[in-house]
Amino acid sequence: MSAASARTQASTKPAPSPALPTAEQHGIKEHSDGRFGYVPVQTRSARFKSVNAADFAAVTGREAVWKYSPVARFTDLTAGELDGSTYEYTVTDAPGVTVDWVGRDDARIGTAGLPEERASANAWTTFERALAITVTGEDEKEITLSRANLGSAPRAAHTIIEARPFSHATVILQNNGDARLSENVEIILGDSANLTVITVQEWNADAVQLASHFATIGRDARLKHIVVSLGGSIVRVNPAVHLAGPGSDTELLGLYFADAGQHLEQQVYVDHIAPHTRSRVTYKGALQGAGARTVWIGDVLIGPGASGTDSYEQNRNLVLSEGTRADSVPNLEIETGDILGAGHASATGRFDDEQLFYLQSRGITEDEARRLVVRGFLSEVVQKIGSRPLEDRLHAAIEAELAVTEVR
Amino acid sequence: MSVLEIKDLHVSVETDQGTTQILRGVNLTINEGEIHAIMGPNGSGKSTLAYTIAGHPKYHVESGTIQLDGEDVLAMTVDARARAGLFLAMQYPVEIPGVSVTNFLRTAKTAIDGTAPPIRTWIKDVRESMTRLRMDKSFAERNVNEGFSGGEKKRNEILQLELLKPKFAVLDETDSGLDVDALKIVSEGVNRAKENTGLGILLITHYTRILRYIKPDFVHVFVNGRIAEQGGPELADRLEDEGYDRYLAESNVN
Repeated sequence: MSAASARTQASTKPAPSPALPTAEQHGIKEHSDGRFGYVPVQTRSARFKSVNAADFAAVTGREAVWKYSPVARFTDLTAGELDGSTYEYTVTDAPGVTVDWVGRDDARIGTAGLPEERASANAWTTFERALAITVTGEDEKEITLSRANLGSAPRAAHTIIEARPFSHATVILQNNGDARLSENVEIILGDSANLTVITVQEWNADAVQLASHFATIGRDARLKHIVVSLGGSIVRVNPAVHLAGPGSDTELLGLYFADAGQHLEQQVYVDHIAPHTRSRVTYKGALQGAGARTVWIGDVLIGPGASGTDSYEQNRNLVLSEGTRADSVPNLEIETGDILGAGHASATGRFDDEQLFYLQSRGITEDEARRLVVRGFLSEVVQKIGSRPLEDRLHAAIEAELAVTEVR
Repeated sequence: MSVLEIKDLHVSVETDQGTTQILRGVNLTINEGEIHAIMGPNGSGKSTLAYTIAGHPKYHVESGTIQLDGEDVLAMTVDARARAGLFLAMQYPVEIPGVSVTNFLRTAKTAIDGTAPPIRTWIKDVRESMTRLRMDKSFAERNVNEGFSGGEKKRNEILQLELLKPKFAVLDETDSGLDVDALKIVSEGVNRAKENTGLGILLITHYTRILRYIKPDFVHVFVNGRIAEQGGPELADRLEDEGYDRYLAESNVN
């Protein structure tokens, strides 16, 4: 679907011919919420943005950004008062990487993106100091920033990850423990920087997290962004990446495993602004147990100036039991004719019986074959993480997810 | 000595058009160390026989028996059949994303033997088999059949045949889609496996081409779901000259 064409239709729509059937004739009535014939602002970049929660109407659950989410279960985060104070964290050392609390007047704040919904704006309004991770130096390095004591009272957080020009690093954001958190993460890549950001959600079972990641990528810089969501009650991580510099490149990966009653959501937005930019989006998820729910929305916008771009996005879901639901919504808007490629794919399915037969015909039991297939399905993303210790740990975590309930 | 015995096997398959009878009374006995070629035109039921022996759920056994050394194969699950010593080299091996060849082979070997293979000899065995099948070392780290060419997939099947050491192997059109070089490499692998383990082989093929490299002891002509004629290797030569028309004409009269 092209949103661009929908918008054009709205502005230049000719009067309907009297020869055509009318909507009423077909029994089409106005929706109870009004708006019949109203075409909303659809171009992804044209969404309303504000850092003030008060500028957004109260969340109803009918908004495009909320319509797949159980909004009644986190009104404290969208409408309540948040604790914006600093919190406890631990971080590993690496040469050239500094981690500091900075004031709201830090020049970097607001440069990677601005809130497009109320929970994000609420966090932005409230946070007292931002945690800034600044990466310098051309040598490759890795740090892990862990949060495990955020508590169960609603709170706000703001994080800045800045990769200076030509710097090279992997930043792992490791999340455990309790949380009722609304937060914003700004990721800023200078020219030719090479940054990997991995956010791992292994929260306690009751935790709720609503996270918006905003990234802006400089000339010839490269961002690999990986979302791994395994634990928590409701986890929403929405990365928006702006390919602002010519030749900039991003790879967005996601891996999620929803158990009974879990809601795991990710709304991915890739904004091709500059020419010769490239993006690859791959999100893979597994669902198991009654009420396991996942949502993936993938918006790709190729702007009028983004000639010669190359983009592809895909989402795959593997359904392991009855009573689960996976929503998968790829959207592609192209505003220039001069592109190298743009594609999207989405598939949600059960086990492939032929794969199981093949493995079983080699003596592998049915249960072991199922485990191999799931592990294999998800490890396509794990294999691309690039941090061996984390890869090993995630393989073990997936193993543990599979062991919790029998795979059927 | 091991024996695979198929008696009066009738098999049907569910299709959109309803139940279709495919095998109509197959009788076949294979002893350890024997090579039986099953030849027949397309649609005669050759592959159905192969998949029924392996236990594919799509095929429904109406009547008849398959026994391995007196054990009822039809009562076994797919994996139990493999552990009992049966192997199917598939015509179209499936891709298993995210599962490396190394991991897959070790998992299968462990399942078949009941214990994990000793690591040093196992790695050596795998490497040697791969070298002999002219498979590049990088195969070991690739995901099973993912992005493999047709020839690479077939070699990967024969690699498993060599390493898993079954008592009986069914090779379902292993020759299809192979150029002559690949055909020779694959055939050498099959002959080597037979030399080393003395397994019995059921070689299913449409063409006589592979029989130049793998010499059958018996040839069975498969037409319309049953064996229409059997003989020695000379029968293959006759099929090479005459084709299947003679049998087809006969079956049409029936």
